[in-house]
Amino acid sequence: MQVIELSWWQLSLAVVLLLLLALITHLNRLGLARSLVIGGLRTILQLSLIGLVLETLFAANSLLWVSLLGLAMLLLAGREVMARQKRRLTGFWAYGVGTLSMFVSSFSVTLLALIVIIGPDPWYTPQYAIPLLGMLLGNTMTGVAISLDRLTELAWQQRQAIECRLLLGQTGQEALGPIRREALRAGMIPSINAMAAAGIISLPGMMTGQILAGTAPALAVKYQILIMLLLVLGTGLGSFLAVVGGSRRLLDQRERLRLDRLRQPENS
Amino acid sequence: MTAQSLTTLKLITGQLSGISFKFEPGELVCLSGPSGSGKSCFLRALADLDPHQGEVWLGDREQQSYSAHLWRQKVRLLPAESQWWQERVGDHFPLDFDTSQLLDLNLPAMALDWSVARLSSGEKQRLALLRALAWTPQVLLLDEPTANLDAQRVAQVEDWLQYKIRQEGWPVIWVSHDTQQIKRLADRHLEIRAATIREVPLAGD
Repeated sequence: MQVIELSWWQLSLAVVLLLLLALITHLNRLGLARSLVIGGLRTILQLSLIGLVLETLFAANSLLWVSLLGLAMLLLAGREVMARQKRRLTGFWAYGVGTLSMFVSSFSVTLLALIVIIGPDPWYTPQYAIPLLGMLLGNTMTGVAISLDRLTELAWQQRQAIECRLLLGQTGQEALGPIRREALRAGMIPSINAMAAAGIISLPGMMTGQILAGTAPALAVKYQILIMLLLVLGTGLGSFLAVVGGSRRLLDQRERLRLDRLRQPENS
Repeated sequence: MTAQSLTTLKLITGQLSGISFKFEPGELVCLSGPSGSGKSCFLRALADLDPHQGEVWLGDREQQSYSAHLWRQKVRLLPAESQWWQERVGDHFPLDFDTSQLLDLNLPAMALDWSVARLSSGEKQRLALLRALAWTPQVLLLDEPTANLDAQRVAQVEDWLQYKIRQEGWPVIWVSHDTQQIKRLADRHLEIRAATIREVPLAGD
């Protein structure tokens, strides 16, 4: 099967439609036009750039360049996780807890998939490594960001109950137990829902893309199943690490709740 | 288990400093001072819930030589405002809690099955007191334990607590604003003044 070429003027048609939508929202004073246009521009620019990067990377096929791109993606994801926290940890930890959790989970699951399951030669073949890592980082990022945000927010809301439990002689981890469970649950719900909806309510993007690109559906489905399971694995591990790291930071060595280690939200 | 004394040595917490006192077993010490003067900070430092400087000793062992939760199992602080995080009252109590104690404070034995949402402030205060003693402590720090009770209940809780304190030999710090209550209860009276704690003579009749 041949992939039908997509030319720039065909893409510009979609752009015109987006601008039309922006115009309609503007006329209705929904205040979304600006975000729509900026979002659209960012999509076009960022994807075009990554397209160029990938072309070069595929041609080079070197471990060094693949690792560098992986690192850059990780650091950007870490920044994004930090930006989504309402009450983030102070100092290095705001960035560190999320980024480290994503690093451990995304990179280990990607390596597992590359070396043990898919097995391209060489194992870092960019055509496999980069899309896999990208999908894992993207999903893990959401899970980690939600988990950390829930953890710090709940610790703030329930600070008196947590301290009451500490005063009754519970250990720090016992006292934080309920909010840790809730934070982990919140982080994993989106990927659990995605598993349940896959193929019935939604056709997953990667599978759709492969089919559009001419892959036989049966093979595309196999890849999609693999990816979905890996994503849940990565998100679960990432959220878990973020909750463990974050809750350790919420307590000090005397098992006190240290909310002075959280920054106040800027505008509330 | 023999009763032990609680000793503070040059304790510094919040705006208070230079706090060196010994609280003997079975001794009921009342603490008073204007609001915001640091009474709660002092109690929280004793329970090791706030960072502080100086030393706190239980008998011949220093606070920092215990792991923090073991220390708080021995040195029990009852905050002024009680907290409830489960639906049912009984889920906040140990499984082997002796329900006959509820009757001592005029609560029915079935109070453990009540929902937390329907508790009055007075019931909350008495239940929080019972809960604080349910995991047996060795020192008791009470932050206005009768603030939400009417006069009749206050007398009942005071009698019951005094009996328990004498029986168990706990050193007790009882924060109170009520001069009459201090007169009724205190073996000694401490007062917060000018960023430190001083002992003041008990008021005569």
